Amino acid sequence: MSDFPWLSVLIALPLLGAVAVSVLPRDNEPLVKWFSFGVSTLVGVLALAMAAGFDAGGDRFQFKEKYWWIKEFGIHWALGVDGVALVLILLSVILVPLVMLASWNEDERSGGVDVPAKRSVKGYFALLLSLEAAMIGVFAATDVFLFYVFFEAMLIPVYFLIGHYGGGAARERSYAAVKFLLYSLFGGLLMLVAVIWLYPLSNKPVGEGGLGHGTFMFEELRGLDVDPTTAKWLFLGFFIAFAIKAPMVPVHTWLPTAAQQSPPGALVLIVGVLDKVGTYGMLRFCLELFPGAAKWATPAVLVFAVISIIYGAILAIGQVDLKRLIAYTSVSHFGFIVLGIFAMTSQGQSGAALYMVNHGFSTGALFLLVGFMIVRRRSAKITDFGGVQKAAPVLAGTFLIAGLSGLSLPGLSPFVSEFLVLVGTFSRYKVAACFAVTGVVLAAIYVLWMYQRTMGGPKVPAVEGMKDLTAREKWAVAPIIAIIVAMGFFPQPVLHVINPSVKETLARVDRHDPAPTLTGNVAENGARP
Amino acid sequence: MSPTSQLSPVLAQGGDIPAPHIEYGQIGPLLLVLGIAVAGVLVEAFVGRTWRYAVQVPVAFLGLAGAFVWTVLLGWRDDPHHVAAQGALGVDGPTLFIQGTILILALVSLLLIAERGNGRSGGLVGGHFAAQASALPGSEAEQRSTAAGITQTEVFPLMMFAVGGMMMFPAANDLLTMFVALEVMSLPLYLLCGLARRRRLLSQEAAVKYFLLGAFSSAFFLYGTALLYGYAGSVRLSDISAQVSKDAGSETLLLAGVALLSVGLLFKLGGVPFHMWKPDVYQGAPTPITALMASCTVVAAFGGILRVYYVGFETLKWDWRPYMWGVAILTMVVGAIIAITQSDIKRMLAYSSIAHAGFLLMGVVATSRDGLSSTMFYLVAYGFTSIGAFAVVTMVRDAGGEAGHLSRWAGLGKRSPVVAGVFSFFLLAFAGIPLTSGFTGKFAVFKAAVEGGATPLVVVGVISSAVAAFFYVKVIVVMFFSEPEADGPVVVAGPATAAAVALGATATVVLGVIPQPVLDLAGHATTHMFVR
Repeated sequence: MSDFPWLSVLIALPLLGAVAVSVLPRDNEPLVKWFSFGVSTLVGVLALAMAAGFDAGGDRFQFKEKYWWIKEFGIHWALGVDGVALVLILLSVILVPLVMLASWNEDERSGGVDVPAKRSVKGYFALLLSLEAAMIGVFAATDVFLFYVFFEAMLIPVYFLIGHYGGGAARERSYAAVKFLLYSLFGGLLMLVAVIWLYPLSNKPVGEGGLGHGTFMFEELRGLDVDPTTAKWLFLGFFIAFAIKAPMVPVHTWLPTAAQQSPPGALVLIVGVLDKVGTYGMLRFCLELFPGAAKWATPAVLVFAVISIIYGAILAIGQVDLKRLIAYTSVSHFGFIVLGIFAMTSQGQSGAALYMVNHGFSTGALFLLVGFMIVRRRSAKITDFGGVQKAAPVLAGTFLIAGLSGLSLPGLSPFVSEFLVLVGTFSRYKVAACFAVTGVVLAAIYVLWMYQRTMGGPKVPAVEGMKDLTAREKWAVAPIIAIIVAMGFFPQPVLHVINPSVKETLARVDRHDPAPTLTGNVAENGARP
Repeated sequence: MSPTSQLSPVLAQGGDIPAPHIEYGQIGPLLLVLGIAVAGVLVEAFVGRTWRYAVQVPVAFLGLAGAFVWTVLLGWRDDPHHVAAQGALGVDGPTLFIQGTILILALVSLLLIAERGNGRSGGLVGGHFAAQASALPGSEAEQRSTAAGITQTEVFPLMMFAVGGMMMFPAANDLLTMFVALEVMSLPLYLLCGLARRRRLLSQEAAVKYFLLGAFSSAFFLYGTALLYGYAGSVRLSDISAQVSKDAGSETLLLAGVALLSVGLLFKLGGVPFHMWKPDVYQGAPTPITALMASCTVVAAFGGILRVYYVGFETLKWDWRPYMWGVAILTMVVGAIIAITQSDIKRMLAYSSIAHAGFLLMGVVATSRDGLSSTMFYLVAYGFTSIGAFAVVTMVRDAGGEAGHLSRWAGLGKRSPVVAGVFSFFLLAFAGIPLTSGFTGKFAVFKAAVEGGATPLVVVGVISSAVAAFFYVKVIVVMFFSEPEADGPVVVAGPATAAAVALGATATVVLGVIPQPVLDLAGHATTHMFVR
C-alpha cells in the first residue's frame, strides 16, 4: 500500500464530495447532510489509516507524490507529510465531521442571533467540504507554489461562509467577510512576490548559490544559498502573510470582526485550523528557507509575540460578546505559539507544534459550545446569560472543561504545550518568557470570569427552561473533550511524531538547545551560541 | 486632412514602381478576413433585407473560422520566419500566436454580436444594435424603423474590417503599414461604438469621444513616424533599430519620435495618462462591441507595442524603460484605485481593463523571451475572461435594457445563482485568485518581470492587485450578500450569449488548472522572437 496516493485521495475526496453535494436535489436536506457527513467521516477514517502507517523514525517526508503540473514554471503537484503536517491534517479531518454534526439545523448554521431568510443547505455543506480539501492540501503541499495555491484557495469558501451564512445583519456580515478576505489576500500577495522571487534564485547556477534549475520544491529549496539582504526581504514577504493569518498583533483586527459574524461551525475551522497555517508556515517556510533572516528577525518577532499574548488577553477580558472574547484569547494563544517557534529550542518548537493541535481542539470545543448557547438564547452577549449551570448542567460542564483547557489547566492537553513553550523560551530568552507567563494569569481571569458570568450565579429569566445538550450535540463535542483529556495525560504519541521534524528545522537554522544545568530545566548563563 | 495626402510625397520618391512580390499563402488569413469584409458589404448591397442576417452571420463565422484554421496551419508548418509582402508584414511565431488569439476571441465576440435573443418576452428583442443608426434618437424615424422590425446587419462587415486591421497591426513591420492597420482597425470601431440600440445618446457620445481622441492619438503616431523617418531615413523597424545601434543621427529626432509614437500606441491600450477614453467608451458602446474592444483590440495593441519595442527600440531600452516603468506603475495604480469608486458595472470593468494593461506593460518592460511569451499568455487569458464577463453583463436586463448600475445587481445570487456564480468566477479570475487563468497569467508576467530585474514593479503590481481585489469582491458582495430588490433585473440568456459565457468560463478554468499546453505554445512561438 505504500504507493497508494493517500494524500491526493484525501484532497480529491472532499472536493468530489463538494461537487456531488451541489448537484444533489435541493429539497432533500437530510440526504445532503448525511452525504456530506459521510464523506467527511470517510476522509477522517482514511486519514487515520494513513497516519497509522506513518513511521516517526523514518524519512522526514512520507507518503510522497510528485508529478509535473506546470513544467514551464518548474511547478510540481508534490505532496508529502512530516510529523507536524500529519498532526495538523488529522486535526482538520477530525474537526470537519464534528462541525457538520454541530451545524445540523438552520439556526445552528447561521449562528442563530437573528435567523434570516432560508439559505441553501447544499451551499453550506459544499463549502465546508471544499474547505476541507484546501486545508488538507495546504498542509500536504511540499511544493511552495502549490502551498500558495491552497493557501489562497482556502479563502474563497471561508469568505462565502462568513458573508453568506453568518449570523449578523447583511451589512455587518459582508463587512466582516470582505475584511477577512482583503487582509488575507494582501498578505498572500506579498507572499506571492517572495514565491516568484524563489524561481530566479533557484535558477542560478549551483556555484552562485542557486540550484541550476528553477524549482519550487521545498526540499530542494532548503539547499538554496540566498544572499542575506534578499533573504531578509523574502523572509518578510512570507512572514507578513503568516502573521496576518495567525493572526498576530498588530494585524489581528480581522479576526474579532470575522468571529462575531461567522457561523460557529465555520469559526471552529477558521480559528482551529486555518489560522494554524500561519504558524505552520512560519515554522516550515520562514525558518527553514531563510534561517539567517529568521535569526535576524527573532528579537522583533519575540516582542510582537509577547505583545500579542498580553494585549490579546487583556482585550479578551474586556469583551462582552462571547465569540469576540474567544477570538481574542486565540490572539493571545497564537502569541505563545509564535514565541515557541522563534525561541528556536527543541522544547519551544515541539511545544509550539503541539500547541497548534491542542489549541485547535480546545478552541474548537469552545466555539461549538458557544454556538449551542447562542442558538438557545438567540444572543452572544455575556450579559444575556447567567445561571445556565442550573438549567443545563451538561452544557455548563463541558463548557467548563473546554474553558479550563483554554487556561491550560494541568491534566488538559494545552497545559503540556504551553509548559513546553515557556520552558523552551526561558532557556534562551528569559525576559520574554517572564512577560509571557503573565498571559497564563490573565487567561485564568478571562476564562473563569466568563464562566462565572454566563454559567454561575442566579438564573436570569431568559435562561429559565433552557434545554440541555441534545444527543447530537453531545456527539459533536464529546470526541473533542475526550481528545483534550487524553492528550493532557498522554501527549507522548503526538510528540513522538512531531519531534523528528522539529529537529530537522532546528538543524537547518543551526541552533542547538542551551545546555541544561543540574538544577533542572533552567539553562545556564551564557549558553547562547 | 486625409492621411494619404500627407504620405504621397514619401511614396512617390520611388519612381518606377516594380510589381511587389507578395506571399499570398503567408498572409492568407489577413486577406481572407478583409475579403470576407468586402463580401459582407456586397451582401448589404445585393441581398434583400429579410435575408441579410441569415447570410451575414454564417459568412462572418466561416471567414473567421477559416482564417483561424489557416493561421493554425501556418503555425503548424513552422516555416522559418519571414518578412512578407516586400517587408511590410512580419510573419513569425509571436505574430501568428497573436493573430490566432485575435481570431479566436473575435469568434467568441461574434457570438455576442450576432445574438438576437430567444424570442421570449422581456428579452433581447432586435439584438444589441440600433435599428437604423442614422435615425435621430427619440425621433419619429427611429420609432418607425423600430416598429418595422428592422435589424442592423452592417455591424458584421464593419467588425470584419476591424478584425482585419487588428491582425495587420501586430504584423506590421514598418511604421506606415502599422499606421494603416491602426486606422483600418479604429475607424470601424468608432462607428460600432455609436450603434447601441438603447441609451443611444450615451452611445453616440462615446463614439464621438472615441473618434476625436483616437484621431488625435493617430496624429501623434504619425508625427512620431515622421520624426523617426527623419532620424533613420526609413520607416522599417529593423532599419531604425540598425540606425540606433550605429549611434548615428540626431538623438533629438529619435527620442521625440519614440515618445510621440509611444503616445499613439499607449492610447490604444489605455495606458495612464492616455486612458481617459476607456471608461466612457466602454460604458457607452453596445456591450458586445465593448467585449470585442476589451479582448481583441487590447491583444492587437499589445501585439503592436511588443513588436515596436522588441524590434525597433530594443537597443534603446535604457532610454525608454524608465518611462515605461512610470507608465506601468501609473496604469496599475490609477486603474485599480479609480475602479473602487465606480458604480456602473461597465465603467468598473473598463478601469479594471486599464489596471490589467498595466500588468501587461510589465511584460513589455521585461524585454526578454519570457516577457514576450508571458504577455502573450496573459492576453489569451484576459481576453477570454473579459468576453465572458461582458457577456454576463448583456444578460442582466431590466425594462431600460442592460441593468448597468451596480445597485441593480443586488441579490442576483439569489435570483440566478448560476449566472451570479459564473460572474463571480470571472471577477475572481480578474483578481488573480489561484486556479483561474488570471492567476497563471499574472504569475507568468510577474515572474518575467522579476527575472528582468523589475522587482519593485512587481511589488507595485501586487499591491494594486490587492486594491483591485477590493472592487471585484464588492461586486460579489452586492450579488450574494444583499437582499434582491423587488423590481430587480431579470437574467435573459440567449443561446449564443450563453455559449460565449460557457466558452469564457471554460477557458478561464482550463488556463488556470492546466495551463501547460498554451504556455508551451506561447513558449514555442517565441523561440526565435520577432522577425526583423
